[in-house]
This record gives sequence, C-alpha cells and structure tokens, in this order.
Amino acid sequence: MIAALNLTFLVFAVIVACAALNVKDLLSAIVLLSAFSFFMCLLWTEMGAVDVAFTEAAVGAGVSTAFFVAAIYNTTRRTKD
Amino acid sequence: MVRDLDDIIIRTCARIMVPFMQVYGLYVFVHGHSSPGGGFQGGCIMAASFILLATAFNIKEAKMRFTEKVNGIFCCLGVFIYAGTGAVAVIFSGNFLDYSRWTNILPTNPVMARYYGMALIELGVQITVMAVMVSIFLDLVTGGSHEEVMKTDD
Repeated sequence: MIAALNLTFLVFAVIVACAALNVKDLLSAIVLLSAFSFFMCLLWTEMGAVDVAFTEAAVGAGVSTAFFVAAIYNTTRRTKD
Repeated sequence: MVRDLDDIIIRTCARIMVPFMQVYGLYVFVHGHSSPGGGFQGGCIMAASFILLATAFNIKEAKMRFTEKVNGIFCCLGVFIYAGTGAVAVIFSGNFLDYSRWTNILPTNPVMARYYGMALIELGVQITVMAVMVSIFLDLVTGGSHEEVMKTDD
C-alpha cells in the first residue's frame, strides 16, 4: 500500500465525480461516472480488496454504463435544469 | 441500437470478442474458490458479452441467439439450483444450505462435499445474474416491448 498512489487515485476520483455531477451533457456524465467507477476500482485494488475491485469493474464500469446508455437512448441527452 | 448499424469493423470485433468473453466468464466462475471472482462477477461478464452482441449487431440478432423464453427459463433455473442445493440438505436432516449433508448422495468426505456445494451455489448465482442483467438491458433498450419490435421488423 503506497500512500501517494492512494491519494492520487482518491483525488482523481473526487474530481471526476464532481465533473459528472456538474456536466450538462448526460452522455458525458455517464462516461465520467464510468471513469469514477474505474478509479474506485484502482483504489480498491491498491488497498488489497481485489474481490471488491473486480465487482466494481464488472458492474460499475461495465454493465451499469451500458444500462445508462440504454436509458439515454430512449430519453433525452440534455438535462432540463 | 435498434436500427441497423452497418459497420464491418465493429461487427467483426464483436464476433471475435464474444466467445472469449464468455470463456473468461466461466474461468472467473471456476476459479472463484481460490482467486478473486465468483458467480456474480462471472455472470456480469457473461451478460456483458450478450450486451456487446446486442449493441454491435441489433436486438433481433441477439434475441435470435438468446430468446426471451430461454432468458426467463435461465432466470428461474439459477434460483432453482440455489434453493435446491439448500433443500437437499434439509431433506437429509441438516440445516438449509448445510453442504456437508451432501455426503449422503456424493461419495466424498464432508470437506469436499462443502466444496462441491459452494460450486453449485455459485453456478446458480451466475446463471441468474447473467439472465437478469440481459433482461434489464433489453427492457431498457426496447421499453419493455421486445416482441412488438420483432414483429414490426419482420
């Protein structure tokens, strides 16, 4: 466990999460959320919880991104607010 | 995703990748005992292979290989395997999911009976997770009207 690497991944995760909340285009928000999921996956791998990281990579970055894209395909890409 | 996307590069890549993804899902399931992985992750990877098939080709192509009926059967089959593995232990006067009671059927010692019992549980989890993930994706894409989509395309 390397503290500097941990801190780097955590800072990137926070930045990407804030960007995902603030961006207007919903497709970009999905991609940023997927990137957040990937950084959390890296963080968990680095902390030694490989099983949790594997689940995060399979569900968070893989399948849920496809679900969100499918939901956007049937609704609108722009936010109302 | 419903409309036809005629891109030979995407189609060829998807056609090559899908079998490897499914074999990898089975690998994750089988090695779940000794390494990270298990039924849930393997099921998600297998579901992702079907989602890739549905996005690269179209819904009709994916449903030709994995129809809605088969999907529903798999949903129930996984739960049935899980519950049945536990119920067999109850039949042989054990607790629910007490795998050591499987020694009454299997010619092994209780330690290996627990090993095989956990493998069966993970198999049930994998089948159900795969079928439910594919089902959620198809519902989201088509708005819950697969059969109508198929009829209008014919």
